[in-house]
Amino acid sequence: MQQVFTKAMARNIFLGGAVFFLAIYLLLSYDTWQRIPERDHADKMTPAVLRGKYLLDTNDCIGCHTINGEGAYFAPELGNVYKRRGPEFIKAWIQSQPSGVPGRRQMPNFHFTGNQLDDLVAYLQWLSNIDTNNWPPNIQG
Amino acid sequence: MKYPSQQVAKPYFIAALALFVGQIVFGLIAGLQYLHGTFLFPELPFDVAHMSHTNLLIVWLLMAFMGAAYFIVPEEAQTELYSPRLALVTFWVFLIAAALTIVAYLFVPYAQLAAITGNAALPTMGRGYLEQPLPTKIGIVLVALSLLFNVTMTLIKGRKTSINLILVGSLWGLALLFLPAFYFPHDTVKASFGWWWIVHGWVEGDWELILGALLGFILIKMTGVDREIVEKWLYIIVAMTLISGIIGIGHHYYYTGAPSYWIWLGSIFSALEPIPFILLIVFSFKMLMQRRREHPNKAAMLWALGTPVMAFLGAGLWGFMITLAPAQYYIHGTNFTAAHGHLAFFGAYAMVSLAIISYAMPLLRGRTANSAAAQRWEMAGFWIMVFSMIGITLALTGAGIVTVFLQRAADDPMGFMQAQDKARVFFWVREFAGVAFFIGLLVYLRSFFIAGEYEYADEMKQALAA
Repeated sequence: MQQVFTKAMARNIFLGGAVFFLAIYLLLSYDTWQRIPERDHADKMTPAVLRGKYLLDTNDCIGCHTINGEGAYFAPELGNVYKRRGPEFIKAWIQSQPSGVPGRRQMPNFHFTGNQLDDLVAYLQWLSNIDTNNWPPNIQG
Repeated sequence: MKYPSQQVAKPYFIAALALFVGQIVFGLIAGLQYLHGTFLFPELPFDVAHMSHTNLLIVWLLMAFMGAAYFIVPEEAQTELYSPRLALVTFWVFLIAAALTIVAYLFVPYAQLAAITGNAALPTMGRGYLEQPLPTKIGIVLVALSLLFNVTMTLIKGRKTSINLILVGSLWGLALLFLPAFYFPHDTVKASFGWWWIVHGWVEGDWELILGALLGFILIKMTGVDREIVEKWLYIIVAMTLISGIIGIGHHYYYTGAPSYWIWLGSIFSALEPIPFILLIVFSFKMLMQRRREHPNKAAMLWALGTPVMAFLGAGLWGFMITLAPAQYYIHGTNFTAAHGHLAFFGAYAMVSLAIISYAMPLLRGRTANSAAAQRWEMAGFWIMVFSMIGITLALTGAGIVTVFLQRAADDPMGFMQAQDKARVFFWVREFAGVAFFIGLLVYLRSFFIAGEYEYADEMKQALAA
């Protein structure tokens, strides 16, 4: 057995397997890249959406929340929050933080301006229309 | 230890353990904030504790991998390290950059940190594990380049064993896979798709190669089994890692906006991802059975055998439970995923780091093995940490299942916070297990402060008397 299956053969399976599957992955990624703009309505990424996204990133929102299930599991899902709560609730909620309720998980106040809140909501609205293969299972996220 | 230049590994290992302590402290704080949300608020919001916890994890593992590389590459190449001085300078640059970054997290609001570090010019901040400001990310690249230059030059002038080729090759992979951290597309779906090149590429690909090389090195040294046999096993294991793991990345693409064909591809290939871990267990225990010597460092052997078992449980078993698309539909983004993350990171990467530290540190301190008393402390630390981490994992799994049944799969689904309240008991168990883990870590660290080396004569006398 040891003579039949040598270290060189094992190495070649490793190198060959790696190159083969990497090539397949790159082809699939190229295809995915072409399809994403249609699935997430990239044409609807207005300047307001991009500004809102930048605010979300630079305030580390995914340090507590998830977007399409990715982030931290301390606070609710944001991918569908626009559909769950609506724009006015979201703005009022962000402005009223922190709740200060003893023992309850706290969200900081980020001192956003009215325009920034509009940008955030624009981004959250754009997020809520991505085709995520029907995830999450229900509106609660 | 055969080459004096291997000594540069020592500060890396010591710093790794110090940062490990910091990681656990932030983990305990974040875990308590799950139960008592106003704890340390607003001075230390959850997201800051969380990113300090995860970033310290990455930094201490990288420290340990680098220390391992500086220890292993010269010994395998049978030559001195190309530049020990460069390795030492790099160590201080990395440690100071890491410390400054954590201090910045703690004392500067994240948006302000982004503003003063030029994030607007090249946005990179605000992604999980990659929260670091731009200067830190550039620093990481420079540190990686220095490491790669040093170990590659050492490899070129010395013996090219398969372990060294896999180790140095996977360090190149680690560095290359970090580069997408500088590419953060506006399109959130594309950004998520590319984020996994780094995260999945590291933990479910490249790092498994590093793990294999480290474990292979330790097993050759400790069991005396023929190198040819060990290296053949290694190639088969890392081959299965990449054959299953490259397309297995698809399990991150089911519900994040990517096309539906990933549901099939990801499910099929990621179902194969436990195979390399099963092979790793078979390999390690087979080498133990075929050992040609009794190495006095029993603690290192315990870590080396514990690693594949715990890696299989955390990465293989817990990973498998959440990887098939129909299951992930309900589990995605719950604490079940965090359970997998904890056991996989600890079982695979923390434990293999502690294994190489356990093997190398006595040698770096001028002895084959620590005294029997020190090893007893170290092995006690092993068992306490392992069982505590299993406790953390089971608790987070319980919390995830609560979310699945009350929030995700219920006829009348509960809101997020309501469901979280129902999982409180599990968050308490997690926190207590976390405290136990911290105690285990302290017990483990205590072993470093017990003087003396392994005395063959004493041990022999005791064995004969018994």
